[in-house]
Amino acid sequence: MADINMKAKESALVDVIASFIAHTSIRLPDDVFAKLEEMRASETEERAIQIYDLMFENMRLAKELKRPTCQDTGVLQFFVRCGTGFPYLDSIEEVLNEAVLKSTKETPLRLNVVETFSEYNTGTNTGTGVPFIMWEMLPGRTDCEIYTYMAGGGCSLPGQSTVLMPAEGYPAAVKFVMDRMTTYGLNACPPLLVGVGIGATSETAALNAKHALLRPIGSHNENERAARLEEMLEEGINAIGIGPQGMGGDKSVMGVHVVNTARHPATLGVAVTVACWSHRRGCIVFDKDLNYGSTTHSEFEGGAL
Amino acid sequence: MTEIRNGKKVLITPITEEDVRALHIGDTIYIDGHVVTGRDAVHDRVVVEGLDMPVDIHGGVDVHAGPIVRDLGDGHFEMVAIGPTTSMRMEHFEYDFIKKTGVRILVGKGGMKDNTAAGCKEFGAVHCVFPAGNAIVAAVCIEEIESAHWLDLGMPEAVYDCRVKEFGPLIVGIDTEGRNFFEEKKVEYEKIKDEEVAKISAEVGYIM
Repeated sequence: MADINMKAKESALVDVIASFIAHTSIRLPDDVFAKLEEMRASETEERAIQIYDLMFENMRLAKELKRPTCQDTGVLQFFVRCGTGFPYLDSIEEVLNEAVLKSTKETPLRLNVVETFSEYNTGTNTGTGVPFIMWEMLPGRTDCEIYTYMAGGGCSLPGQSTVLMPAEGYPAAVKFVMDRMTTYGLNACPPLLVGVGIGATSETAALNAKHALLRPIGSHNENERAARLEEMLEEGINAIGIGPQGMGGDKSVMGVHVVNTARHPATLGVAVTVACWSHRRGCIVFDKDLNYGSTTHSEFEGGAL
Repeated sequence: MTEIRNGKKVLITPITEEDVRALHIGDTIYIDGHVVTGRDAVHDRVVVEGLDMPVDIHGGVDVHAGPIVRDLGDGHFEMVAIGPTTSMRMEHFEYDFIKKTGVRILVGKGGMKDNTAAGCKEFGAVHCVFPAGNAIVAAVCIEEIESAHWLDLGMPEAVYDCRVKEFGPLIVGIDTEGRNFFEEKKVEYEKIKDEEVAKISAEVGYIM
């Protein structure tokens, strides 16, 4: 009996997560929408204003017609922060996989998963290692936060990480990030959210950069120097005047977030990754009884399973 | 033929060489008639493998886009969402693609470079930007997918022949005189970027 109940709950979990994925493909998160409104209101260049207006018209139509706001619904990534006491911990991987299959059919999402080397489109939006799932275990907790992320092609292309020598220092990291903005950044659908990761190695820096994109727009790094760097990079990239679509405008970015971890004395790992203006990240939270709600999308109705 | 309608400049397919040669970077236009989708794999088939486009696009419009399409059965399809993809990926093929197909307007995201600009100048074509991420604005300009081809390439890569009404806005990025909006902008951007890097670098000399 317990097993049957568990199966029913898992199936309900699949349904809720699939509908949340669909919701995040159709509606941008509250913070992104608000930031774009603010940028539209302060913009003075005529072409840029026209492009912002088109973006808002697109968001209105997407909501009205219940269609994904961008045709590139990305490759699905999940960042799961899960309490070790969450009763459905063992099922989450399977549930997320099922939710992707379901949401792909029902929304519909674009079929974006190509197996490497075999080089064919799987036709299901799942494949080897996809959806990508990154775990963080939370000892002593019983709830589960699932961050969803649609990694589109255009905004994934600028992603890069490297390891600098300490003698090159933070100025080299600044140049590394800024160079990427005027080359790949223009095609990544600005205004961008820029994630910068600092760490010991190329992959820790890269993961930090991705985590930076999950932070709410307007949030700041707790370290004073890192927070100041966020501010300086934001001002600096805005000063370039990339504007929406890279065609010129008063501002270029929705924000710059830096996430940092400690480094090796001989290395300074740095990474940059960006989110496009259509920043499809969401967060849905479940408690141990499967009461749920979203912290990013106020129009997604919470409930209980 | 070019028509001014409610202040909008609308080009009607088939588009003449004269129509595109009258366009300049920064102009905003719309398309009536037909557009096809064709991106990476389509360019490869036409330019490298030497196949003919499955639809005649002389005087036509090729959109660098991988749409979301709903298969309605019986060979019918519905355009759910369509937006431009990064045009630079097609740069390597575009001179030959323009030469071979006689396409007049290429639509995509961001800029392209010299190979495309040379084709635009020599054969009479322009590259335009459809402001990206606006996939539903674009989808509602499409009245019908009249036919679908090369479906073996998968949903994002197939060729969809679409009948459109005021498809746009399209902002001219490369014109027939060799001017290139993004390349000109990039010179400005690079200069400011270097100044900003120097400014920030002066404040981050805190490594141990």
